[in-house]
Amino acid sequence: MIDSDLAAISRALIQEEISSVELTQEYLKRISLENTDLNAFVTVCEESALEQAAAADESRSKGNAGAFTGIPIAHKDLFCTKGIRTSCGSKMLDNFIAPYDATVVERFNNAGAVTLGKTNMDEFAMGSSNETSFYGPVKNPWDRSRVPGGSSGGSAAAVAARLCAGATATDTGGSIRQPASFTGITGLKPTYGRVSRWGMVAFASSLDQAGTMTQSAEDAALMLNVMAGLDEKDSTSSVSDTEDYTATLDKPLEGLKIGLPVEHFSTGLGAEVEQKIRDAIAEYEKLGATVKEISLPNSHLSVSAYYVIAPAEASANLSRYDGVRYGYRCDDPADLEDMYKRTRSEGFGAEVKRRIMVGTYALSAGYYDAYYRKAQKIRRLIKNDFQQAFQEVDVIMGPTSPHTAFPIGSQNDDPVTMYLEDIYTIAVNLAGLPGISIPVGLVNKLPVGLQIVGSDFAEAQLLNVAHKLQQATDWHTQAPVAGNK
Amino acid sequence: MEWETVIGLEVHVQLATASKLFSGTSTEFGAEPNTQANIYDLAMPGTLPVLNKEALKMAVKFGLAIDAEIGMTSVFDRKNYFYPDLPKGYQTSQLDYPTVGKGKLVIDMEDGTQKTIGVTRAHMEEDAGKSLHEDFHDKTGIDLNRAGTPLLEIVSEPDMRSAKEAVAYMKKLHSIVCYLGISDGDMSQGSLRCDANVSIRPRGSTELGLRTEIKNINSFRFVEKAINLEVERQIDVIEDGGRIVQETRLYDADNNETRSMRSKEVANDYRYFPEPDLLPIVIDEAFVEAIRETLPELPDVKSTRFQEQYGLSEYDAKVLSSDLATANYFEDVVATSKDAKLSANWVTGDLQAYLNKEEIPVGDSVVSAQALGGLILRITDNTISSKIAKTVFEAMLAGEGDADSIIESKGLKQVTDSGAIEKLVDDVIANNPEQVQQFRDGKEQVIGFFVGQIMKASQGKANPGQVNQMLKEKLSK
Repeated sequence: MIDSDLAAISRALIQEEISSVELTQEYLKRISLENTDLNAFVTVCEESALEQAAAADESRSKGNAGAFTGIPIAHKDLFCTKGIRTSCGSKMLDNFIAPYDATVVERFNNAGAVTLGKTNMDEFAMGSSNETSFYGPVKNPWDRSRVPGGSSGGSAAAVAARLCAGATATDTGGSIRQPASFTGITGLKPTYGRVSRWGMVAFASSLDQAGTMTQSAEDAALMLNVMAGLDEKDSTSSVSDTEDYTATLDKPLEGLKIGLPVEHFSTGLGAEVEQKIRDAIAEYEKLGATVKEISLPNSHLSVSAYYVIAPAEASANLSRYDGVRYGYRCDDPADLEDMYKRTRSEGFGAEVKRRIMVGTYALSAGYYDAYYRKAQKIRRLIKNDFQQAFQEVDVIMGPTSPHTAFPIGSQNDDPVTMYLEDIYTIAVNLAGLPGISIPVGLVNKLPVGLQIVGSDFAEAQLLNVAHKLQQATDWHTQAPVAGNK
Repeated sequence: MEWETVIGLEVHVQLATASKLFSGTSTEFGAEPNTQANIYDLAMPGTLPVLNKEALKMAVKFGLAIDAEIGMTSVFDRKNYFYPDLPKGYQTSQLDYPTVGKGKLVIDMEDGTQKTIGVTRAHMEEDAGKSLHEDFHDKTGIDLNRAGTPLLEIVSEPDMRSAKEAVAYMKKLHSIVCYLGISDGDMSQGSLRCDANVSIRPRGSTELGLRTEIKNINSFRFVEKAINLEVERQIDVIEDGGRIVQETRLYDADNNETRSMRSKEVANDYRYFPEPDLLPIVIDEAFVEAIRETLPELPDVKSTRFQEQYGLSEYDAKVLSSDLATANYFEDVVATSKDAKLSANWVTGDLQAYLNKEEIPVGDSVVSAQALGGLILRITDNTISSKIAKTVFEAMLAGEGDADSIIESKGLKQVTDSGAIEKLVDDVIANNPEQVQQFRDGKEQVIGFFVGQIMKASQGKANPGQVNQMLKEKLSK
C-alpha cells in the first residue's frame, strides 16, 4: 500500500481497507530501514505519529474523518512544530524546539494528518543539493552517489523513496521544483502569498513560499486544499479566494496555449534533457494544446538579482540567531561581542555565512543603490516579462533544471556554479508566480523534470495541466528501486 | 563673537495602544520582566509581524493635529543592528515613506509671543527592550516587556534657537499628544523621550554648524539643562580654537554634563531596506476623514475659546488649556461656580499650588471640580470672604467635607447683619480717637487700619464691603 500515491491511500483509508495505524507502522518500518542511508529525515516521530494515527482511526470510527484523516506525511524541518525539534538543517537550531506550530503544520494537524517526522534540508534552505545541511547530505534514491537537489532534498527523497505519502517543502529560488525534478516526483510551488508563511523559518521573506512534494498532481491538489488560504498571522498572505484544487483536475486541455521561452532552450541545456522536455510537450499537443515560442528577455538577469535580494533579506532574517534567547550559544563568552562572533561563526555553516556577508554588503551604505535597488528594478522587469507572456499564452513550459542529478561533492568548489542550478526556476520566485515540476522520463536512469509556470493564483490550472499529462503517461509512476529490495 | 544656537528635536512618543505594534502582547507598564513578550516579541523563528491598526490611526491623528501631509502609502523598513535587547537584530521602522510628512507646531514663548516650528516627519517604529545591568553579577539581564511597544518618532526642523524654545516645543508636543489621547504623556515612564541635535553658528550666518546629537533627555528640565550645557561646551571648543566633531553625546543628569558616547556604540551602518514581511500600508481619504472626525478641540483653539467664552486673559487661557485635564477641571468648576474669572484664579492659584506641592496630576486632586465650584459659589454669594475661603479650602484638602458643611461646622459664615457690623464699627471708632482725627485731617489711607481692626474683632467674618461703606459714612460725619 505505501508505494501508492496519496490519493490512493486516502481512498483506501476512506474505504477502511487499511487503518492509519497500519499505514503509519509500514512507513515507520521503511524509514527505519532506509533512512540511515538516505538521510532524508532528521527527526522521526515514531511515538507521536502512532498516537496521531490512532486518533485518526478513532475519528474515522466516529464518522468524523475527512479526505486527509490518517494520511502519514513529513514536514520539511523549517516548519515549526510544537514540541518537535525544528533545526532548519543548522547547528544553530540543533537544540531548538518551537513552542508553536506553523500554520501549515496546524492545518495538517487539524485535517487529521499524521506527522512521520521532519525532513532534511540545506541549512536555512540555502543550497541546491542538500549538501549544506548540518546533518549531512541526503542521497538521491535513484542513485545514492548523487544529490537529491535542494534545498528541500529531504522531502523530495522521502517522497521518491516512498517513505511518506507526501511532504511539505518550501521554495525560495527553486527549492521545491529542482529537487522534485532530480528525484522524479511532482513538486508544486504556489503563488507567493497562497500559503501562510507563519511558522516557516525565514530565509528570504519576499520569496519564500510553502508547497508540496508528492507522487502526482492529484496528490498535490489534495495537499494544497489543506494548506492554502488567508492567514491573519501572515500580513503577506493573499486574500484572494482559494478553491477545491481537485475539482478541475480533469478539465480537457483543448485549446491550451503553451509558451516555450527561447531562453530556457538555449546554451547550457543538456541535449538529452531537452529531448525529454520536447517529448512531453509533444504529448501536450496530442492532448489538444498549441505551442508557441515566447521570450522572457530579462531572464538572464534573474540569478544575479536573486543573489542580491535573497541574501539581503536573509542577512536581516538571520540576525536573530545571536545566542541570546534560544538556539546555539558558544561556550564561555568573554563579553557580548565575543558571544555574537563565536555563536554565529560556530553555529552557521559556510554557505549561510557566505550569504549573510553577501547580503550585508549589498545593503551597505554606498552600495544599496548599485545592488539592492537595482536588483528590485530587475525584479520588476522580470515580472513584466511574465505578464507580457501571459497575454499570449496560458502556461509556460520548459526544463526545471538544465541537467539531471549530479554526484555528491561534484559542485562544491565554486558557489556560482551551484547558484546557476536554479537558472530556470529563480525568475518564477522573483515574479511570485506558481510553478510545478513534474517527471517526464529518465535520462541515464535519472529523472528529468518539466517545469510548468502559471499566472498569479493559477494553481488549479497548473494542477489540471500537470494531471492531464499524468493521466496520459506513466512517467510519474516510475519509482527508484528501493535499497532494501 | 556672538553665537546663535540651532536646535532640532527628535521626540519619541510612546503610543497608548493596548497591545504592541506588531504583536498582540499587552503594553502595560510595570509587569514582571519578560511576562509581556510573546513568540513574536522574542523573535522566535518563523514569527511574523501584523500591524496594530490603532497605532496607525494614532499616527494619522497626530499628523492631522499638526496639519501635516499624511502618507497615503507608508512603508516599514528594517533598521539593522545587533543589541541583546533588540530580539530580531533589526528594528522595524519607517525610512522613506513615513505615515506623517511635513507639518508644523506653534509654540508659546515666555514673553507671550508665538513661533512656528516645522515638523519634518513623524514615523512609526517599535521600541527595544531593556538591558538590566544590575543584580546579575558580571552578566546582563534582558527584559523584553517593552520590546515592540509602538513609538511615534517626531522629527523637527532645526527651527529652534534656544533651550527655552526647545522646552516650549516639547511642552506643546506633550500637550497635543495628551489632548489626542495617543499617549499617556507620563514622562517619568519614558512615554516622551527626546534626542536633541544642537549646533552653533555666528549670529547672522545662514549656514548650519556641525551638530552633535544629545541622547537620553527625558524631562522638560533636562532638555533645557542639557542643551545649555552643550551650547556652552561648543562655544568653549570653538573659542579655544577647536572644532566640533559630529557625534552622539549622552546627557548625564547626575553629573550635569554631556559626554561623548564611544564611537563604537554609534558607528552603525543600519542597512535599511523595506520590511518584506509587511506590505506597504495604503490608506484612503475615507480612513483619514473618519479620524479627522475624532479630533478633539486642540490647545490653541481651546485657549481662544476660553478668552472669548469666559473673558479670561490670554495668559490664564493658555495656562488652563495647556493641559487637557486641567482645562476640563476648570470648565467643571465654572459649571458650578458660574464665575469664570474667579474659577480661573482658584485653579491656577491655590489648586495648582496644592498639586505642585503634592506632585500629583489634577485628576488625583482630593477636591473635585464640583467641590471647588461650590466653594467659589459661597464667595460670590457673600457667604464667606475670599480670605475665609482659603481656610475652607485648606479644610477641604484635609478631607473635612464640602464647603457648606465646613462653613457651617466652623461657624465661618460672613456677618452681613448691619446692626452687628454697626456695633463693631462704633466700637472701633470710639476706641481709636487718634486715628479718627488723622482720617478727618485728610489721611484717608488710615481706613485700612479700621477695616483691619474690625475684621480682627469679627474673626474675619464681617463682610468687608459693608464694613468699608459704613466706616466711610460714620467717619465723614
